[in-house]
Amino acid sequence: MQAFEYARPKTAQEAVALLASEWGKSELLAGGSDLLSRMKDDVSAPQRIVSLSGVHELRGIAASARGLRLGALVTLDELETHPAVREHYAGIAQAVEQVGGPQIRNVGTVGGNLCQRPRCWYYRNGFGLLATYKGRPLVPDGDNRYHAIFGNEGPAYFVSPSSLAPILIALGASLRLLGPDGPRDLPVEQFFVTPKSEAEREHAIKPNEVITEVLVPPANGTKSGFYEILQKESLDWPLAMAAVALQMEGRRVEKARVVLGQVAPVPWPSAEAEEALKGKMVSEEVAEEAGRAAASKATPLSKNKYKVQLARVAVKRAVLLAAGLVKKGEV
Amino acid sequence: MRGKKPKDAAQKGGNGAVTRRDFLRGASLAVSTGLLAADGAAVASPPESSAAAVVGPGKVPVTLRVNGQVHRLELEPRVTLLDALRNDLDTTGSKRVCDRGTCGACTMIVDGKAVYSCSLLAIEAEGRNITTIEGLMKDGRLSPVMQAFIDNDAQQCGFCTPGFVMAATALLAERRHLTPEEVNRGLGGNICRCGTYHGLRLAALEAAKRMKA
Repeated sequence: MQAFEYARPKTAQEAVALLASEWGKSELLAGGSDLLSRMKDDVSAPQRIVSLSGVHELRGIAASARGLRLGALVTLDELETHPAVREHYAGIAQAVEQVGGPQIRNVGTVGGNLCQRPRCWYYRNGFGLLATYKGRPLVPDGDNRYHAIFGNEGPAYFVSPSSLAPILIALGASLRLLGPDGPRDLPVEQFFVTPKSEAEREHAIKPNEVITEVLVPPANGTKSGFYEILQKESLDWPLAMAAVALQMEGRRVEKARVVLGQVAPVPWPSAEAEEALKGKMVSEEVAEEAGRAAASKATPLSKNKYKVQLARVAVKRAVLLAAGLVKKGEV
Repeated sequence: MRGKKPKDAAQKGGNGAVTRRDFLRGASLAVSTGLLAADGAAVASPPESSAAAVVGPGKVPVTLRVNGQVHRLELEPRVTLLDALRNDLDTTGSKRVCDRGTCGACTMIVDGKAVYSCSLLAIEAEGRNITTIEGLMKDGRLSPVMQAFIDNDAQQCGFCTPGFVMAATALLAERRHLTPEEVNRGLGGNICRCGTYHGLRLAALEAAKRMKA
């Protein structure tokens, strides 16, 4: 790891002032699980680290009639065990349950989970976010078993690694960013972008901006569920995940939001699955149909066709979980 | 686990031998004696003036409270808590294996929570209560978790053991009514390459039972 300067501001405003205005010069440090690993592997080599550990205004969960306010430094452990989250936003609790292991969830933060960089092994081994060698893309003819099955027409083939993003998007959440010109709000969906060149990032955040909080609208009876498929029970990155939010009238779906994760360079909303659910009484067959619809337009690469089936199953099970037809552990 | 270590050359049997560890720590050892409890206040709140100041990349003063003892060190900001304890404080019970937060061998308890000390900068641990495997014994007696590990053959080569003991200790500090599934989840951040998971699960469950009694 390269040596760096270190600062521990007390306010988000101070943190913003300490950040450089171009990428690569400085990095924000929250839980550190992703950042320190990247720095040890020389994938990131910032000259300055701005620690958020002293910025207490970024902590805390507040549940009220206006919805849920999550400070950017709320840990995944705090999120998972919060009574209001468990009761009204089951999908969020389910989404963080299997992130890493306890040690990761104890330090991993909401902001960090959204801002972590992709797990693409070409990126993690120094071939850049777009995984090229001498200008040639490495993924299409390379080992792409964990790469995208949607939105993979290039030049980006990695998958968005955030476990929280799909469920937050399904629930219509937004986030607040603080920069030199003050705060701005952004739907979580618009925070994720597919980079078109190596100079671009996969997040719509400026180098000198800080996520201060995530705002989730009131649940108002919206039922949510989340299902992911991993090779191992813990300490693993999922192969496919699906987040579902249902507005129901009895067992009939008025409106559905279905967002997949780990399948595209951005969290991947599925209009096809949403359409397949609308107006239907939820049953195993309807959930299955939603999964089929979600997978219908997949464009797998040479070695990841298996992920299409995983995405299909993840959607089906997330729908059943959201509707309360099965409990976690039964699907 | 190792016993109490000699603190100066005179206690080392008089042959003047320099161990590998003594040699390695020679250059980087700062003041690392256990200080009086009165120093606790200084640790709890780092000096106000340094709050938003930019420090490093060279060595800066870092004060750590490890197993109840306060240590004043000089460290580069890039030094992890694990490396600071192993290299500068000679606290080598916590193991450095993957150094990427994916194996659990470096697990310590910081402010009551199990964390990967390889993925936490030492400077970030200032003002926090750090417990390592060395801090679990009380009055020369093994902790209930340690004893349960021995009684249930929960180790083979033993290299992952300190990390597992710390993870189990943090788990049991939060809850003592544990199902086997909860034990699996609670120890899910640690890996045993020998595959002694059966004994590890039994040990955690038995420790929970003993601590309830």
